[in-house]
Order: sequence, then structure tokens, then C-alpha cells
Amino acid sequence: MVTPKAPPPRAWSWRSQAFRGLMYQAITIAIIVGVVGWLVHNTVVNMRIRGIQSGFDFLWGSAGFDIGESLIAFDSGEAYWRAYLVGFTNTLRVAVLGIILTTILGTLIGVGRFSRNALIRGLCQVYVEFFRNIPVLLQLLMWYLMFTEVLPASSEPLVLGPMFLSKGGLNFPIPVWATGHAVAAWGLLIGLVLAWLYRRHAQKTFEQTGLAKGMFWTPLLIVVACGVLGWLVGGAPTALDKPIQGEFAIENGGALTPEFLSVLLGLTVYTAAFVAEVVRGGIQSVAQGQSEAAAALGLSKGHSMRLVQLPQALRVIIPPVTNQFLNLTKNSSLAVAIGYPDVVSIANTAINQTGRAVECIAIIMVVYLSTSLLTSLLMNWYNQRSAILER
Amino acid sequence: MTAITYPSIPARTAPINTEGPIAWLRMNLFSDWKTALGTVLIGALLLSVLPQFFDWAVVRAVWVANFDACHAEGAGACWGVVSEKYRIILLGRYPLEEQWRPISSTALLLGLVVVSCMRAFWRSGLALLWVAVLAYFFTVMHGGVLGLGVVDTDRWGGLPLTIMLATLCMAMAFPIALVVALGRRSNLPAIRSVCTVYVELVRGVPLISVLFMASFMFPLLMPQGVSIDVLVRVVAGITLFAAAYMAEVIRGGLQALPKGQIEAAATLGLSYWQTQRLIVLPQALAAVVPGIMNNFISTFKDTSLVTIVSLYELTGAMSLALNGDSDWRPFKIECYIFIAVIYFFFCFSMSRYSMWIEKQVNKSRLR
Repeated sequence: MVTPKAPPPRAWSWRSQAFRGLMYQAITIAIIVGVVGWLVHNTVVNMRIRGIQSGFDFLWGSAGFDIGESLIAFDSGEAYWRAYLVGFTNTLRVAVLGIILTTILGTLIGVGRFSRNALIRGLCQVYVEFFRNIPVLLQLLMWYLMFTEVLPASSEPLVLGPMFLSKGGLNFPIPVWATGHAVAAWGLLIGLVLAWLYRRHAQKTFEQTGLAKGMFWTPLLIVVACGVLGWLVGGAPTALDKPIQGEFAIENGGALTPEFLSVLLGLTVYTAAFVAEVVRGGIQSVAQGQSEAAAALGLSKGHSMRLVQLPQALRVIIPPVTNQFLNLTKNSSLAVAIGYPDVVSIANTAINQTGRAVECIAIIMVVYLSTSLLTSLLMNWYNQRSAILER
Repeated sequence: MTAITYPSIPARTAPINTEGPIAWLRMNLFSDWKTALGTVLIGALLLSVLPQFFDWAVVRAVWVANFDACHAEGAGACWGVVSEKYRIILLGRYPLEEQWRPISSTALLLGLVVVSCMRAFWRSGLALLWVAVLAYFFTVMHGGVLGLGVVDTDRWGGLPLTIMLATLCMAMAFPIALVVALGRRSNLPAIRSVCTVYVELVRGVPLISVLFMASFMFPLLMPQGVSIDVLVRVVAGITLFAAAYMAEVIRGGLQALPKGQIEAAATLGLSYWQTQRLIVLPQALAAVVPGIMNNFISTFKDTSLVTIVSLYELTGAMSLALNGDSDWRPFKIECYIFIAVIYFFFCFSMSRYSMWIEKQVNKSRLR
């Protein structure tokens, strides 16, 4: 009797799936290597013909331009890499502050869509529809116009308590630095550690005995009390550097430029509309039974939102909100349109001055890619923390 | 043993009225003291702000392009600036005597977009119509044939440019996104990693850097003597940018599809492409219609960025119209509001359409 044999594997035939897959991949890689090689070759030839120098050595040359505002000291004689660093810190400043403000505003408006008050519901909806459907660049330009045209000149500013608002931006009092503040900061730090320890203890007590202790107000009280204690121990410095209305401009105190304020406000207001939609979607995704059960247990509407609905919605909310944060960071590059010296604006000036387009664009891309990567890593970590633990 | 008596609870009085405007007001605005307080506070705020705005925008507004009237003491919004400048804002630097060309081609393109949105016209002839209309658009806009004078792309601007950029980039980004999304889910590691790197790279950088690349770097990448028009470069840049985002949305739809569908297709003996075309894509795309529409809306808004690389679409054309004219420059805010209304009209219509089409494609799931 002859047992039927399996046909021999045809490893090198077009009919073999593995072989075909291998060929497809080889062709793809060949095409990509070919195209990239061709582009690089063209670039090198073009650069040689046009006499364009390449390389990052220009970063150590003197920049030769001033930067309107910077967190670190900078003057026009310093090197390009310092200028880039200034731009990068300016980008980060707008992005971090924007993300914090957007989270607060977006959550409030998203939750407001569920308010029992029809006026609040309607206003939140109008806000979302209005700001979501107008390009962010246009909004930035409009805010900037508000600051530079509509507000009064800095010789006769709007007075908001101790603050001044004018074409020159926002001037506000800042405390004069004293050692007492350092002591207060240490107090805050110690308070944070104590509060964390207390929360851990409270969590343990709750899990063991079911006795609920304050998980929010008590730790907050500990932090604040430690800070105040530190401030008192440090001699309770109260001196403030208040802005004074000078003859031509406002002097002393802290100041925020109109460029910074426009970028911050524009990005926050625009992104908050998207975050609000995400928050609304997340809350709607929590099953109706959850809020009904919370009501049956006698929780108030606010408690039900804070203790039952929002924690469950958070899992749905975090990934798309991460995307919105990344969008905000990337949109901060639009600051170039209104002259806020962020990293793109600095690179733009550098391209015009040195002609090294390839290097400058590469720097922009590396900066944003690394920032994006860092933000996603952080948010992924937070996402894993807030995920439901399954087996 | 004592008999237990159950006293009956007296019936609740009937609610006074639960319908009509007064009942709605009581339930939605004054249900308890907190809500009532909120209503009063917000109402007071609105009542103090809205009449002022109305006063500025309508009552004291100047509707004619009269310089003196606009500069008069106590004058409100000067809408005259819009009637003075609307041609430059809407058409950019396109020669005035030739303005029938951008108007007719944009009207055709917009009409085609509207027709394509209607269910009754979803048939194969539509693709041919698209080719014809796009051909008309570029021939008539650029000229050089049939006795039409040549108008270079650097003179194109305003609304025609915005609409052309948006439609063309969306139309071209979609097939690229489809291929890349399938590539990211491919079994072949080389293809998968190429697609992943492309998507992550593009999504990690802002659109501005892509546009900078298109305008500063692209000329260096081409062989000596080849020069490509800046408009084409920008279209390529926005297309590649939008495709990466769209690919992620489509990938979401592919992932949501149960594995059994593909296994069932394999059992029926369908090939890879048959499976994708007949089984996977129809279901996956239907699931992600809202996401794709969102992409379209953001691409439309993103076209405003080309003003940074000196193309005068709506936003750029508006700056162009006012920056050189010191008489009307103080009334920039009115022009901003004008183009904001245009953008809002398009984006809002798209988002409403997205809701409608979401219902259409999900009809099979409704019962």
C-alpha cells in the first residue's frame, strides 16, 4: 500500500506565501533605499553646486539677533545653540502651562455639558462648537490683535487690583526673594512627603477597617500648614515687588508679554474645546446603571460625578486627551506667526541668517519628536496606573 | 395575636404641570437653589455682555465703506471694511478682470463636493466627474490654453486656494492612508516597520515643520534643473501629513474588526486583497466615518497654515488686503470676524454632515 506523500515544499516558488512575502519586502526596501539615496545624492550635489555649507558647526557661532523674552539670560553676541535653548524653554513654558490650563478648562466645560442648569449646558455647547470650528492660527492672530490694538496703551493701563493690563502685556506683583521663601519651599516639600505618608496610612486603614478618612482635604491641609510653618519660621517675608505705572511704561514687578499671553490663551481656549468633547464622550461611555446605582446609594450628583463616573471615564479619556496635549505642544509652533520666540521662530531666523535649512529643520523635528515621545511615555505610565486591574 | 394593620400611605398630589415652557423653565433653570443661583449669576453676566456686543456689532455699526463714518467718535464695528476689501480677501491677488475664472472653478468644485456628499449620487460616474472638474479647475485657474492668459500659482489666493488645498489634499490623502493603515497591520515585518516609522515620524512633528521642509528643503532634494511649483510642494506636504493621521484612524477601525471575519474569509478561500476589499474595509471604514470626517475638518483648518510659507489663502489674503492699507488697518478685527465666519460655516457644516453620514452607515445596526 502506498501512503500519499505530502507534496515537497516549494520554497523558491512564487506560489509559496513565505517566498512572496520575502520578495515583497525586498522590493519595498529596495525602492525606499533607492529613493532616499537619490534624494540624498541630489541634496549633496545641489549643496556643492550652490556652495551651501553643511554641518552643525554654525551652532557655536554668534547668533547676532536678540530674543524678546527668555527664561535664561541671552544677548545677541551669544551662540546659536544658546538661542535654540532659549526657544526650547519658551516652547516648553507655553506647552506646560497650556496643558495645565487646558485640562482644568476642558474638564469643567466637559462636565458642564451634563449640568442640570440649561443655561450652563447651552453655554458649554456653544463654547465647544464655536472654538472648535475656527482655525487655531486665526484664533492666535485674533488674540494677538486684541492685545496689541484693543487694549489701552501702557501709559494708561487697565488696573486690576495690583495688576496692570495693557498693550505691554500683564504686569503683576512678585514677592521679593528672601531666605524665608526658601524655608517655606522646604516646608512645602516636607509637607508633601508627610501628606503622601498620611494618604498611604489612610488608604491602609480604609482597606483594613472600612473607616474612610479624608483623602483630599486633610493631605492638602498638611501641605499648606507645613508651607505656612516654613514661611513663619523663615521670618514671614511679606515684601512684594509691585508694578508701578511709570511715565512711559510700567516698571518693576513681573511681566508677561502680549505674545506669550496670546499664544497661551489661544492654545488653551482652542484645545479646551477638544478636551471638553473627549471628557463628555468619556462620561457618556460610563454605563447609565453606574450613576443610577450611585443615586440609589444616596450620593449627591456632585459626589456621583467625582467618585463614580469620572474615575471610570478616566480610562476612556486618557488616550485621546494625550493626543490633545501633543496637539497643543505641536500647535505652539504657530507662535512663529505672532512673533513669540519659540523654537520654530528661532529656527526660522537661523535659516534666514545662515541658509542651513536642512540642519535647522532637523533640529525642529528632533525637538518636537522628543517632546512628543516624552509626553506619550508619561501619559502611558499614567494610563497604566488608572486602568482597571484585571487578573 | 394582634392583627397587623397596614395603614395606607396617602396618595401623592399630582404634579402641577410637567409640560409647557414654564415647567421646562422650572425644571431646567430653577430646580433647586443652587441651579437658580447659577441661572441668576450667568444670566446677569450674559445680560451685561451681550447687549454691549450687539450694540457694537449692529446698532452703532457702519455698514458702508465710508472712511470718515468708520473713524467717527462712537462708531461701532466698521463692516464697511469688508465691503471694501472682500474681493481681495476672497480671491487674493488673482487679476481682477479675470475673476470669473476662480469664481466659476470654485463654484464647480464646491458643487461637486456637495453632490458627492449626497447618497443618491454615490455611483461610479462620480469619480469621472471628479477628474473632469479638477481638470477644469486647474486649466481655467492657470490658463495658457484656449486663449486664456497665464496666471501663475503665486497669484492664486483667497477662498479658491483654501478650498482647492483642502479638497485635493483630503482626496489624495485617503488612498495613501488606506495603504499605510493596511501596511501597519501587515504580517511582513519590513512593510510594517516602514509604515510605522512613517506614521510616528509625521505625527510627532508639527505641520509647520513639514511646510518649512516643502518650501525650504524640497528644492535641494530635487535634481539640478528640476524646479517644482511651491503650490505643488505644499499640496504634497499637507497630503503626506494628513495621510499619517488618517492612517491611524483607519487602523483603529481595522483593529476593532473581530478576527472571526478574516478567518471566515480565509475559509471561503478569498485572497488577501479580496478579503480586504470585500470583508475588512467596508466594515472598518463604516466604523471610523466620524474619525475620518474629523480628519477632513482639521485638514480644512490646517490649510490656514500655508500663509506662513507665503501662500495667500483666506487668512493670508486678509493680511495682504489690510497690511498695506493704513486707512483700513484699524478695522482688522472686523475682517478677522468675517473670515472666522467663513471657516466656521464650512467646518460646522462638515461636522453636521458627519453626524448625518454616521447614521447612514450605521443603519444596518439600528433596529
